[in-house]
Amino acid sequence: MAVETIELQHVPASYRVYIALFRNVKNAAFLHQQLLARNAEFEYAFIDASTIVSRIHLLSAVFKAVNNSVNGALKTPNVHSETVVSLSSSSNIADAYRRFGVSPSTTDLFVVKIVFPTDTNPVPASADAVSKHLTDNVEGDAVPATDDTIETITDVRAVRKSYKLNGLTWLDSIKDELVKRKEIERLVLGGMALRGV
Amino acid sequence: MAATASEAVVHEFPLPAILTNPASTPPTLITQGAEGRLYKTTYLLPSIPSALKYRPPKPWRHPILDQRLTRHRILSEARILSKCRRDGLRVPDVYALDESAGWLMLEWVQGTPVRVNINQRLGNRTEDIEDDEELKDLMRRIGSAVGKMHSIGIIHGDLTTSNMMLNPPAGKAETDNVSGLEGEVVIIDLGLASGGVHDEDRAVDLYVLERAFGSTHPRAECVFGEVLDAYKKSFKQAGVALKKLEEVRMRGRKRSMLG
Repeated sequence: MAVETIELQHVPASYRVYIALFRNVKNAAFLHQQLLARNAEFEYAFIDASTIVSRIHLLSAVFKAVNNSVNGALKTPNVHSETVVSLSSSSNIADAYRRFGVSPSTTDLFVVKIVFPTDTNPVPASADAVSKHLTDNVEGDAVPATDDTIETITDVRAVRKSYKLNGLTWLDSIKDELVKRKEIERLVLGGMALRGV
Repeated sequence: MAATASEAVVHEFPLPAILTNPASTPPTLITQGAEGRLYKTTYLLPSIPSALKYRPPKPWRHPILDQRLTRHRILSEARILSKCRRDGLRVPDVYALDESAGWLMLEWVQGTPVRVNINQRLGNRTEDIEDDEELKDLMRRIGSAVGKMHSIGIIHGDLTTSNMMLNPPAGKAETDNVSGLEGEVVIIDLGLASGGVHDEDRAVDLYVLERAFGSTHPRAECVFGEVLDAYKKSFKQAGVALKKLEEVRMRGRKRSMLG
């Protein structure tokens, strides 16, 4: 199955979170187009995986989006766009879509689907249904979203630019790449938490 | 923080809404301050412990004022923590926050408050404390941490040995370290912190620490000089702040005679 079901701490039991990672994606332009056309069948957070440093990074964005959704405090049209925007350390929504969202040139793609019962849709989509829809529509190779795989995809330079982590001499002076990566992750989480505040 | 099962579920206070959602372990109330409460809980995954600082609504305040004050205090603490982190000072990471709901989710710093380590170390001793090299080394680490904080333009506002954690080196269990003094000093609780580069403010910060240290660890007062020595070496203007400290000692924390 392409999707993994995620259980997050402090998320209401009625919410389900599915994530999937696709490599060698060939039809990013098509997926991007579905978002622009607001095709209801493509209500996903499509994230350019090169902007993600770890699972925790991605899940933090999901948590923020769900929390805003529960509180009725979404700043964007739905919980999926909110997930993309939650990745950003700035409050500029268009900039967040551009930086973190899928673009026609995306080759590695994270897909997040967050479902919960609503008046119009009391029984939310199952993992199987989401998985099938994605494998039918994303032309790419579904791979497990492990930190080891994510590490090979991350564009660290772009991440450092997005989160304004350049010019931190103490960070540059860390020799151990593993420690450095962990520090970048921590700084990224902090940047996201403080978005626009 | 070993709480029995019954203690963990029965809460004196209503939980903040965020903690009523499912989690692998029930939240534990760690401490209650004048302004808020601190819970130990988890963030995202059961394997990531976290500290949730919750500032409940104060029914005695006007609702709009209350909301604004809470919001302001949460954001201020989060911004200061984030600035410290970016400038390379070890403080708890900010994981998430909801300023409207009044909570701030922080990294759970492993270890014990420095106060506990010092008291364990002292035990019943009354002699040879001034020659305790390991203790003096801890004092120097405290001085460097405070110096680093001041050098990046942050004033803590409530420096005590309870507001510093001794984070044991990786691979050492929490319980192994209580009698030892090794580890990194992590400054916590920046709820009263502010930005500031005035020597006066720095001196008052040091004075508060000095006084708190003297009353918490009277027998270790003889090694407090190590804190100031290390502080002096930690950044360029430290000497000026220490000079100012002498003035502050003469007159006390308050500059004016009012209030």
